[in-house]
Amino acid sequence: MTLNGLGLFILFAFALLLAGGMIALSSVLGRQKPSAGHLIPYECGIDPVAKPRHRLHVKFFLIAVIFIIFDVEVVFLYPWAVVFRDFVARGEGLFVFLEMMIFLGVLVIGLLYLWGRGALEWEE
Amino acid sequence: MTWFDVGLTALKVVIIQMMILNIAPLLIWVERKGCAYIQDRRGPNRATILGLRLGGLFHALADVVKLITKADSENREVSRPLFILAPLIAVFISLITVAIVPFTEPLVLGNFTFNLQIADLSAGLLYVLAFSSLAVYALLLAGWSSGGNFSLIGALRAASQMVSYEISMGLSVVAIFMVGGSFRLGDLVAIQGENPFDWFIVKLPIAFILFFTALFAETNRLPFDLPEGESELTAGYHTEYSSMRFAMFFMGEYIHITVGSLLITMLFLGGWNLPYVSTEWLRSHSSYALEIIWVGAALFHVVIGAYLIRHYVRRRGFWGDARDREGLVFGIPALFAGLALGAAYIVPKTILLPWWVGPVTVFGIQMGVVLAKTLFFCWVFIWVRWTLPRFRYDQLMRLGWKSLLPLALANIVLTGVMVLYG
Amino acid sequence: MSQFALEKLHERFGSAILETSSVFGNETAVVQRSKIVDACRFLRDEPGLRFNLLMDLCGADYPGRDERYEVVYHLCSIPTKKRIRLKVRCPESDPTVPSIASLYQTVNWSEREAYDLFGIQFSGHPNLKRILCHHEFEGHALRKDYPYNKRGKIPTPDSLVDELHAEIERRRLERPAEERGEVRDLAADAMLLNIGPSHPAMHGCFRVLVDLDGERIRDSVAEIGYLHRCFEKESENHCYTQIIPYTDRLNYLSPLMNNVGYCMAVEKLLSIEIPERAVWIRVLICELSRIMDHLVCVGTNLVDLGALTNFWYFFNARERMIDWVEALCGARLTTNYTRIGGLMRDIPTNTNSFLRECLRELHKALRDVEGLTKTNRILMERTQGVGAITAEDAISFGFTGPCLRACGVDYDVRKAHPYYTYDQLDWDIPVGSRGDCYDRIFVRFEEMRQSARIIEQVLDRIPAGPIQTHDRRVALPPKHEVYGSIEGLMQHFKIIMHGIKPPAGEIYSYTEAANGELGFYIVSDGSSKPYRIKVRPPCYTLYQAYPELIRGGMIADAVAILGGLNIIAGELDR
Repeated sequence: MTLNGLGLFILFAFALLLAGGMIALSSVLGRQKPSAGHLIPYECGIDPVAKPRHRLHVKFFLIAVIFIIFDVEVVFLYPWAVVFRDFVARGEGLFVFLEMMIFLGVLVIGLLYLWGRGALEWEE
Repeated sequence: MTWFDVGLTALKVVIIQMMILNIAPLLIWVERKGCAYIQDRRGPNRATILGLRLGGLFHALADVVKLITKADSENREVSRPLFILAPLIAVFISLITVAIVPFTEPLVLGNFTFNLQIADLSAGLLYVLAFSSLAVYALLLAGWSSGGNFSLIGALRAASQMVSYEISMGLSVVAIFMVGGSFRLGDLVAIQGENPFDWFIVKLPIAFILFFTALFAETNRLPFDLPEGESELTAGYHTEYSSMRFAMFFMGEYIHITVGSLLITMLFLGGWNLPYVSTEWLRSHSSYALEIIWVGAALFHVVIGAYLIRHYVRRRGFWGDARDREGLVFGIPALFAGLALGAAYIVPKTILLPWWVGPVTVFGIQMGVVLAKTLFFCWVFIWVRWTLPRFRYDQLMRLGWKSLLPLALANIVLTGVMVLYG
Repeated sequence: MSQFALEKLHERFGSAILETSSVFGNETAVVQRSKIVDACRFLRDEPGLRFNLLMDLCGADYPGRDERYEVVYHLCSIPTKKRIRLKVRCPESDPTVPSIASLYQTVNWSEREAYDLFGIQFSGHPNLKRILCHHEFEGHALRKDYPYNKRGKIPTPDSLVDELHAEIERRRLERPAEERGEVRDLAADAMLLNIGPSHPAMHGCFRVLVDLDGERIRDSVAEIGYLHRCFEKESENHCYTQIIPYTDRLNYLSPLMNNVGYCMAVEKLLSIEIPERAVWIRVLICELSRIMDHLVCVGTNLVDLGALTNFWYFFNARERMIDWVEALCGARLTTNYTRIGGLMRDIPTNTNSFLRECLRELHKALRDVEGLTKTNRILMERTQGVGAITAEDAISFGFTGPCLRACGVDYDVRKAHPYYTYDQLDWDIPVGSRGDCYDRIFVRFEEMRQSARIIEQVLDRIPAGPIQTHDRRVALPPKHEVYGSIEGLMQHFKIIMHGIKPPAGEIYSYTEAANGELGFYIVSDGSSKPYRIKVRPPCYTLYQAYPELIRGGMIADAVAILGGLNIIAGELDR
């Protein structure tokens, strides 16, 4: 195990212990006598009519899908960005830059398409 | 790897975690006291220990004691494992993101190097982005498992808000990587140097605005606090939570703010660099720096002590209880500490300082600079919260997708041109 | 000119107009039951009459009469600034009156209230169910034979799902047949959410059940009555002076104004003139209350929008004013300051300097908050175009006060029907243009400035003199007369033991309260207790329009709109 791995391992263990400890401590120290009122999900004092965890609006799924697409494309940008300066120093900057511009252009076209199709609209 | 390494790493983890963990109650205090002064109020000043208030700081302690002894309420619709897992994730994720942050330059003492950084990964900032995006699970699971409608709406808002702004955040740092050429925070700070005009806040202002805005959205702070949306969703995703489980979301939020401010400090404000003071200069003139700090600390203590004692004398018997003595209890030690520091200032003049004092001083100064910049940004977070109104959901999504995202893309092009020809 | 309206009615309906009278400037016509819809439509649409604003509709119960129940309509014409009262009577055996809900949207709730409290059936009403009382309540509370101390159990809250379903059905059927779609099964696919009664943005206790589509509100129904405390029933069992403290609790943000409104009504019934100084002081406290009310309304509205700090700037200014109110009457909230025939006592001696200082603080607070909000992009986007209502709809819904003026209608009772000294003072009516949340907020802003202007003029011009009338029917004689003469002693005894006895008659008296027209309809039978009191609370009509205003908006809009309407549960539920 490298030193970095060790550090992360100790950190994860520490954070997990701390977070778990807080939950455990509060369940030990806290008063556990739930009354009837505790058992009703909060909805302003009225018993909820809607079922919990019902079907969700499709917009939320759409946002999730769009996010995945863009986030993956952003990930592709990182390795390019970090070596970009080296290429510039070697005089191949313009070529690398234009290459990435093409990639970004595709991304922008995707965004414009979504925009045009109203996928980013929240007002009906 | 020796046992010494293991011990040293554990020590680093504990030091850094304690620092981060202790900033959280401090921030809550600053938040409550700060908003009180913004709003022409006095803020918390009731919790006392032996009649001493310490400007309301004891409220943080009282809150912890109160919250930890409250009942963990669970309603009948709760899905229990997820319900408990959610606050755990919130705290866990926010604690581990700090791993790659170097607080200072390495402390070199002879052939021993001490680096206040838990893991010096070459992925650097990517590690932070990767883990902080997991924080959305805490909110989503909390709202989903609660079984209440307000919680569910809060969770949905949280999920879509955080993923929307994450893209802008991810794109805004691309510009930094292009200029900095590294994922490591240490390298990025080093490249910014001590000239404030080279700091990325000046060089890449658009990236800064994007990152800063996205950070507000990621930490769910006003004007982006829709997942909580107090006046709309009562408490959003944590409506059904009580006791420490409830408090853990807030811990997570404040730690997130702290780490976020730390990142801003590192990425945009030159990290541990003082303006126009290079590290080499500091190293070679560390005794000056030490003297300035020493004298400054002495003066600071004397002034504070004198002020408190004057306050005591002026308002003697005002309360008629222990609160009257506060000025004395804090004033006299402060005054004496100041005087003692002043007296001790003469000592280093006469005896030779040990060789390690110089590097340690520089280490301390850098640490102080980082913390000062970080706390300033934490204050900005608080300041904004008590000034601006809240967005509406569709406006927030519009801002994220239709303003920030195109801006972030344009910024990459702009930065590319700048690097190519600038 | 209203006489003109009565003549026109006679001309048009002939024998269907059973009686007319004109007392205290209130023109009254008793209309045959079957002709009431036609009469209302005629009054509303006839050029030259244009009684477009239905102020109030209420029931009354006269057990001795052949036709036991009475429904009273108060109409107001904004263009001609005239008023008229219509009455319809119905026997106990068949307590049915045609509904006029198709003419005025505001009638919906008013008729429900009359049904709830008197059991009068309104034929053709879209949704005739109880409104103020609980849905499991038995009997009709304001009938004279309902014992006022009767108690009962009301265990389960109303789920409101049926009502929401009916509302959705109704709107579905309004659309053309090809666009209707299927009947929705709410139980299966809807996201129903209760906002209120216990919700941070529901200032008080109201409830609205919304049908959500994502974040968007498709339909909603509102429920009120959580703070119903039988003001009207209690009033029938207390003498006139004992009712003044009850009026404090109506709009608890500006209690002084309710005191004034009520006392003015009783004084009109008694035909008493109050002394000059008392009049000026009443104007002063009304305007101060208006400012205090608007400060809370705007402040909390901004809190609902997430701008938390402004509230405290306003509250600091308000706190100073409340200090003055405390010096004035000893209470900060439940003022109970006016008396029939005058005031409880004179204003504090430092009033002039103190209130001027308050106004300086007010202007500073207004400047500060305006700086933080007026051109704030986030706030503008949150409020502009949100909850907008046209002037026409607003009038049909019975809007009055700042919410009506935000739509661009410059109707203000103080200008249209000046009472006290408002016609001698120099001030303007601020109006908005779009009737949205933004306009409502900033109309209130400007109204506070105008009220401050009025207060400054009043402080300059307030005359010296007595603050209580010497009218023997209402005023206690001075102590030396009580102890020194048998007449004085007898008068004292009579007022204390028998109370104030206005002559038999009825009055609808109205003032411009902070939220709009605050009306008191009082029926006296000559005894020391009112036979019937009906309050026309301004926010009753405002809240009725609420489901209409939030439809198609988001949850956040619903919250913003509610704050802008300034619904006060105390006067809404009475």
